[in-house]
Amino acid sequence: MTSRKVVKRGFSLDYIMWLFMRLSALVLYVVGLTGLTVALVIGARTQTDISTIIRWMFFPNPMHVANSDIVNLDAFRNEFWNILQYIAIFFGVTHGMNGLRIVVEDFMGSTIWRTLWRGFIFFLWIFIILLASSVILAS
Amino acid sequence: MAINRKVGFLKGLGYKGGGPMWAWILHRASGLAMVLFVGLHILAGFLTQQFGSEAGYAINAIYTNWIFQIVIFFLVIFHAVNGLRVVILDLIPALLQYQREMIWLQWLTIAPLYALVLFVIIKNLLGL
Repeated sequence: MTSRKVVKRGFSLDYIMWLFMRLSALVLYVVGLTGLTVALVIGARTQTDISTIIRWMFFPNPMHVANSDIVNLDAFRNEFWNILQYIAIFFGVTHGMNGLRIVVEDFMGSTIWRTLWRGFIFFLWIFIILLASSVILAS
Repeated sequence: MAINRKVGFLKGLGYKGGGPMWAWILHRASGLAMVLFVGLHILAGFLTQQFGSEAGYAINAIYTNWIFQIVIFFLVIFHAVNGLRVVILDLIPALLQYQREMIWLQWLTIAPLYALVLFVIIKNLLGL
């Protein structure tokens, strides 16, 4: 009779990603609340409706406020927002893709399928980050 | 002897995990749903912006549907608040003895946020 293998202590992919999930959740809260606050300060308070401001809060991209009553979009389209968007995309997509990895790997042991899924999710992660980066740069 | 992990579906349904178990299931389901919808939305944004593609507009049209909005906002708010509860419990383990109370606190936090969302969606729907 053998007992279940105990994962060795110290840094491992699972430990680092466990910590990353918690920290990235906090980062996303900070990004969302910062985007909401700054947008309200620079004029969204009188120029948009609540649906638009919620959309902006999740991802501060000028495409998300282009349909509202904002006269001059310059304040909503500068380096500050680009950096905030990159932070939101990097932490958001990585959080989501690692969550997908955790759920998928709960249904399989250390087989070849786990390696294949890891590879697939890794490429999906890179692909979505690249798509989103191109949207940020072009808008 | 290894741990027997093969539990049937019906036997699994009988497991009485209570509030924390349902929070865990909903957290997974909402997380997977968000990976799908956010991923598709990024793809649609890319397609419309770069090529003005019809497929991109078709995907984005789903997001303006009020039934979709009612569902996705519940999933997003639940995932955010439940995730914050998990983070707080993991970073401050002394609070673990209050974990069942925290589930109730979590639903009390979700209720007003979701009520605001329902109010806005229904207001837009009726064109008020």
